[in-house]
Amino acid sequence: MRQGEIVKVSGTVVFGRGIPDIEVGEVVEIGEDRLIGEVIRVFEEDFAAQVYEPTSGLRVGDPVFGTGKKLVAELGPGLLMNIFDGIGRPLEDLIKLSGPFISRGIKAYMLPRDIKWEFKPTVEAGIEVGPGDIVGEVKETEYLVHKIMIPPNMSGVLKEIYEGEFKIEEPIGVVEVNGEEKNLYMYHEWPVKIARPVQPGGRLPLTTPLITGQRVIDVLFPVAKGGAACIPGGFGTGKTVTLHQLAKWSDTDVVVYIGCGERGNEMAEVLTEFPELQDPRSGRPLMERTVLIANTSNMPVSAREASVYIGITIAEYYRDMGYDVSLMADSTSRWAEAIREISGRLGEMPVERGFPAYLPDKIAEFYERAGRVKVLGRPERIGSVTVVGAVSPPGGDFNEPVTTHTLRFTGVFWALDADLAYSRHFPSIHWLKSYSLYAEAIIGGYVEKAVENNPRLKDVWPNVKEEYPSYRVEAMNILTNASEVESIAKIIGEKALPDDQRLLLLTNELIKEGLLRQNAFDPVDSYSEPERSILILKAIIDFHRLAEKLVRENVPIDRIIESPIVSRIKRAKLDERKFDAIVDLLNEIREALSSIAEEYRVSISF
Amino acid sequence: MGIPVKISDLYGKIYRGIREIRGSLVVLDPIPGVVFDEIIRIRAPDGIDRLGRVIEVSRDYVIAQVFGDESGLQHDSIVKFTGSTFEIPVSPDVVGRMFNGRFEPIDGLPKISSKDTRDINGFPINPRAREYPNDFIQTGISAIDGMLSLVRGQKLPIFSESGLPHNRVAAQIARQATILGEEESFALVFAAMGLKHDEASYFISQFRESGAIDRSVVILNLADDPAIERLITPRIALTIAEYLAFELDYHVLAILTDMTNYCEALREISAAREEVPGRGGYPGYMYSDLATIYERAGIVRGKKGSLTQMPILTMPGGDKRHPIPDLTGYITEGQIILSKDLHSRGIYPPINVLPSLSRLMRSGIGPGKTRDDHKELSDQLYDAYSRGVKARDLARIVGEMGLSDRERLFLKFADLFERRFINQGEYENRTIEETLDIGWEVLSVLPPEELTRVRESTIEKYYYKAKAAYEGIQK
Ligand SMILES: Nc1ncnc2c1ncn2[C@@H]1O[C@H](COP(=O)(O)OP(=O)(O)OP(=O)(O)O)[C@@H](O)[C@H]1O
Ligand SMILES: Nc1ncnc2c1ncn2[C@@H]1O[C@H](COP(=O)(O)OP(=O)(O)OP(=O)(O)O)[C@@H](O)[C@H]1O
Ligand SMILES: [Mg+2]
Ligand SMILES: [Mg+2]
Repeated sequence: MRQGEIVKVSGTVVFGRGIPDIEVGEVVEIGEDRLIGEVIRVFEEDFAAQVYEPTSGLRVGDPVFGTGKKLVAELGPGLLMNIFDGIGRPLEDLIKLSGPFISRGIKAYMLPRDIKWEFKPTVEAGIEVGPGDIVGEVKETEYLVHKIMIPPNMSGVLKEIYEGEFKIEEPIGVVEVNGEEKNLYMYHEWPVKIARPVQPGGRLPLTTPLITGQRVIDVLFPVAKGGAACIPGGFGTGKTVTLHQLAKWSDTDVVVYIGCGERGNEMAEVLTEFPELQDPRSGRPLMERTVLIANTSNMPVSAREASVYIGITIAEYYRDMGYDVSLMADSTSRWAEAIREISGRLGEMPVERGFPAYLPDKIAEFYERAGRVKVLGRPERIGSVTVVGAVSPPGGDFNEPVTTHTLRFTGVFWALDADLAYSRHFPSIHWLKSYSLYAEAIIGGYVEKAVENNPRLKDVWPNVKEEYPSYRVEAMNILTNASEVESIAKIIGEKALPDDQRLLLLTNELIKEGLLRQNAFDPVDSYSEPERSILILKAIIDFHRLAEKLVRENVPIDRIIESPIVSRIKRAKLDERKFDAIVDLLNEIREALSSIAEEYRVSISF
Repeated sequence: MGIPVKISDLYGKIYRGIREIRGSLVVLDPIPGVVFDEIIRIRAPDGIDRLGRVIEVSRDYVIAQVFGDESGLQHDSIVKFTGSTFEIPVSPDVVGRMFNGRFEPIDGLPKISSKDTRDINGFPINPRAREYPNDFIQTGISAIDGMLSLVRGQKLPIFSESGLPHNRVAAQIARQATILGEEESFALVFAAMGLKHDEASYFISQFRESGAIDRSVVILNLADDPAIERLITPRIALTIAEYLAFELDYHVLAILTDMTNYCEALREISAAREEVPGRGGYPGYMYSDLATIYERAGIVRGKKGSLTQMPILTMPGGDKRHPIPDLTGYITEGQIILSKDLHSRGIYPPINVLPSLSRLMRSGIGPGKTRDDHKELSDQLYDAYSRGVKARDLARIVGEMGLSDRERLFLKFADLFERRFINQGEYENRTIEETLDIGWEVLSVLPPEELTRVRESTIEKYYYKAKAAYEGIQK
């Protein structure tokens, strides 16, 4: 290893000298404890490294070792169900080595070395193999089959392939590369800052919805598989709970959850809950499809940056097997702030709120690693990485660099609203401020999924496919118009409004309460099946259309407001009978309103 | 204020001469072997000894931050390097003791002497080693127990403003927040940063009165103590708190007040270092810095004790978006916000529950912990109260007569909720059952159809009984 020495220590940044051929991105080991760091700048004589561990105790003149390696992730079986720190050390191993508190200079492999995996080849020796080709399988968890692929930088002739139980450092075959025999293993390393390659021109249009079971998302602001979404909000507005909900319920094969600069207890919560919760589709514990990365707020700042890249690299790796992967990053603001802090220590010129000029590039690079793609290798397959990033704007004000730049590179904006959160309307995704650029392309797929899940939807609503988009638009229109009416009501009082406007307010309230508000902690409501969500929308819009007719025939709005059907609509989502309860609700609505019609001797057609 | 130390007490490398004095920062010549983050002692010709910490080392200079009073420092001062980061001795004897912000005894008793020392910066708890907190702590205050339940191992700050009774609320919590039957294992760690003398003596007399003083560790940096010292005071307190919780099995409640003074000291040092100022002049790394304090709360797998934190801060200008409350709220597990409006209307404790939050509440409540109706009831109270407050705002514009019947009903509810549920005596210690029953009592002024956040079965079980009782009282 090449050796140099420390010339300056400034917080988390250490300046060194004496390794002339050191490269940006190279991992260095610093001081007697061999703290891990990464070179971030190379100057004429010196170089600067960000250190992933606390730097107290370092001295000028202490050694710096160049490892010649970039920061890499080890990719292979053993990632799922695991939890890593920001630089990929398994937290369980750190407990074994240093107890419940993390001390310095501890080294641990990312992947377990002692587990034997049952490897089943899917090809035979003698064939030509290239990057991404699947050569075998390992059952990584009961839930997921891990495909063993030829690493992206290897091609040649598969000379041998074995079957049986192997540890990851035992070869499972031999590949002849340019006349040289090389062992093939179940894992390989990949530099985390470089996107893993896909087929040339392999980016595909985003046409499938990611079904999250969260009504305000699935119905109003859906995200596509392979898309990118951002969820900004002040403290306590519901970013983390929403990300946890997505991690729990999304119809995705693998979840990578990154806690970046956030709370330790939130990671503990995932670790206690996920092994207990069942995936609604496979019935297996959610933990079996999950990889966690935790660099909490009290852990070293520079590792925040690394944590995000390690996470996205793992996500791409499972994508390469042909899976749909979702990645949640909570919070990208802490990552951006880490970039700001390091940049400040390097004395770089800040451009906006202290952030360096290259902040937008970093954000873009990260979100660009989302996508639905034709992956490398045979057999041909498609995989996707969906990225959802939380943003924590100072003072909850969205007009700040991280939020505004993130919006440029993401297709969905879930704007969390503090007033909604204060009145305990969760998710506090504001319906007038949020948007989804994917909606048009994917709502058809959402209905199809609903019908596939529960064909009875078509019995109850035969034209669901054709009519659903217009129902959705009508709901949006009601919400928009009602907000104007509300601002008038704030001045003159609701009582002074004409009845048709009061009906608008009533329906607005039904949409908010009955459809959009969803309690993450209610067993019935936490996950809303597509068919149930769609039918709730129908119930409310049907109610509105009928009530409108009554109001037009001069039935007093108070008579409708007083009707018990109003609270039935608000409560229906909590009914344990789920879909069936909404089917009944549709009938009740018709009955309730027709009996009001009779009472006032008006005839309206249903 | 430092205490004079004999030169013979100084060990390690000793140097003479300070190159430059910039406020609380001093620049020294590059001395071989100086360790980043080590503690130094500086003795000026005035004979006073000051503590300092090395914050940057390079080939050309060493920069250190001085905790004591910088006036009196001269080029011709003596600097002693200790070679170690800031460590304090720990022993079970700390319980019942009182120290200044540098951990020197101020109760007339001898120093803590122990070979067992701890770095005051501590080490981060491995997230994998955390146990998710879920033990309800009854504070006897309805607004907290019913709406913002505190659990063991939580960090739940009070956001206040000057002139509001945050000290009384905190003292009431400290008095009442023991877990029944487990008083023995309870310990209180109290850290004051820049507190006024009368405030500090209020707390101490409160701890005396309740007998908690024997199970307390008090660390006081008062308003006239050196400001920079406030950077180490909470870290000393939490080092002791961690020791009590994770080595001696205590359930520790740590009260840290006033974090605003802490942040101002942080800003001062950042300005002295000529760092790029962030929002409000506070340094860009304040989030991470505060996190190294707040994240020290928690429960560790396999340990019997717990560390619960209740930091108190005053929001400059009463603005929740000011960087200090803002960054705190992004780290802590909720916040209890006191309101001037409630205070001026004579409501004690003046807790505005709407912007307040306890993130760990749901894990600490429910059947077997508090009561089966707790979650739904508090959801419903939030909903009804926020409607009532909206109606009240509207009534200010259109007059109460301009409200619809429904709005008037919610307004009535909001008034009752504040007067009957939130409002209580400073020495009134309500059980959780009492709190929840009062919750139903105030809800009973609303018709059952309006209670859409509770299940029908819950209404059956609690609502009608409460309504009958309430109407009985009215008659
Ligand atoms: N869908 C939901 N259902 C019920 N409660 C919710 C929901 N979303 C959020 N909450 C409530 O809001 C609280 C705060 O949410 P959360 O922790 O997700 O906020 P956050 O935006 O991540 O805040 P921070 O930026 O401080 O981390 C939760 O503890 C919970 O009580
Ligand atoms: N390092 C930092 N950390 C946190 N906030 C910062 C930081 N640097 C700047 N800010 C915040 O951003 C504000 C504006 O900073 P700055 O002047 O650099 O931005 P700008 O984009 O140039 O704004 P303007 O166009 O108004 O001059 C500062 O007053 C401060 O509140
Ligand atoms: Mg959060
Ligand atoms: Mg400017």
